[in-house]
Amino acid sequence: MANYSTNEFKAGMKIILDSDPCAIIENEFVKPGKGQAFSRVKIRNLKNGRVIERTFKSGESVEAADVVDLDMQYLYHDGEFFHFMQPESFEQYQADENAVADAKLWLKDQAMCILTLWNNSPISVTPPNFVELEVSETDPGLKGDTSGGGGKPATLETGAVVRVPLFVQIGELLKIDTRTGEYVSRAKA
Amino acid sequence: MTVNWEPSCSFELLQLRAKLLHEIRDYFYNNHVLEVETPQLCQATGTDPYLDYFTSNYSKDGLTLFLQSSPEFAMKRLLASGSGSIYQISKAFRNGESGRYHNPEFSILEWYRVDFNLWQLMDDVDNLLGPLLKQSQFSNKTQRTSYLDVFKKYTGLDALQFDVDFYQKHAEKLGFYEAKELCGKDHSLWLDFLFSHVVQENLGHNNLCMVFDYPACLPSLARLKQEDSRVVERVELFIQGVEIGNGFFELSDVDEQIKRFDQEIMHRKNNGAVDIGKDSRFLAALDKGLPDCSGIAIGIDRLLMILSQQNSINEVLAFPIENA
Repeated sequence: MANYSTNEFKAGMKIILDSDPCAIIENEFVKPGKGQAFSRVKIRNLKNGRVIERTFKSGESVEAADVVDLDMQYLYHDGEFFHFMQPESFEQYQADENAVADAKLWLKDQAMCILTLWNNSPISVTPPNFVELEVSETDPGLKGDTSGGGGKPATLETGAVVRVPLFVQIGELLKIDTRTGEYVSRAKA
Repeated sequence: MTVNWEPSCSFELLQLRAKLLHEIRDYFYNNHVLEVETPQLCQATGTDPYLDYFTSNYSKDGLTLFLQSSPEFAMKRLLASGSGSIYQISKAFRNGESGRYHNPEFSILEWYRVDFNLWQLMDDVDNLLGPLLKQSQFSNKTQRTSYLDVFKKYTGLDALQFDVDFYQKHAEKLGFYEAKELCGKDHSLWLDFLFSHVVQENLGHNNLCMVFDYPACLPSLARLKQEDSRVVERVELFIQGVEIGNGFFELSDVDEQIKRFDQEIMHRKNNGAVDIGKDSRFLAALDKGLPDCSGIAIGIDRLLMILSQQNSINEVLAFPIENA
């Protein structure tokens, strides 16, 4: 198993911490007076996305995590697993509910996304920043309303519910920012 | 060419550095403190448990020479020879130390005042830094606080009464669950950890904070305090939560010095650090007699970084190590 010394720490490096794969966000070299040096690190847990701080003794070694991000096409959901395919190799991967988590709200069949693999198993899915999804359900549109004063909820084809302006109708294609889960505009069909 | 050859600091900051050096030299000239130079390459060096050294090879005699981590021992040899109060502005080298506040090669201002106690040295620091801080829009009102008080204030712990379970409980309350695994039963390590992670960021907001009377388990080269042997006569300087200096009422007892060297050498050995011998020339000088004196070292680059409100030491260095 590969190891990294704290001396090699830098942003983006993937390590194992408390048996989970994590990414280093920030590393600060701390040296009190004439004392022991520490590496004070901000780390994102790649399984649950939580950010924590952790200190290591300088020079300590930490296990490297075999983590890669790959562009994948989302194929389908079989009820239990979500299936993805790498377009060049046609290699298929299945990810469980935990790995897909909230990303499932934005996944449309055939859409591209990023699959993060740890030891070749999917641990998380990142949808594109913007997706276009069809409205499957919303209250009838109000004539004359051109901008969203209050807005209304709309259910999209993937099951996601977003707030949209009052003029939006069932069947329309909307552009959504997946990072905030917010409506951006109507998409040109 | 895509080679990055340009300086990483602005021309304004080069000028500010030159001005700072000029003002420091003026201050010591006016106070009759002699500027000296001592070697960067020495046959011996300090035994600090947590320092890693640069070495070089002298082709003439095949000697291994150390690039100095501080000019302390050589300056004390001058003091023992009767130089009177002296100061030096030089480069110092510490291997592996790199980060927002560290560059492995850095500029150090080190001075010794004969017949000064620690309190008088703090006055001296005030006199030197006060005007510089004021020029840079900081308050020139210095805060002086004992280690014990400031440690208690921010951690809730007594720095002298070590109890692993109690320390651990407080560390966890502050969110540091890894502290026990990192520090084990090592009292000094606990103090270093908690001080650097909890206390330090609170020190010297917009002014200079001097922390004195360090616990005796963190002695370095300071004397034990005569009235209270649980603490040593050591002072550290902080501005904006950043440590910029470390000073002592200097240890002059040669037997005690040998004892501390031996402890540090043992500590290095137990922790797999490179073996370093005792500096026999320095010890011979102490044996001859070091006059009563207090001395302090200040990191010039960090001081400059804080005075100019830069975010990283690289911004005040012409060419940091990545670009040297």
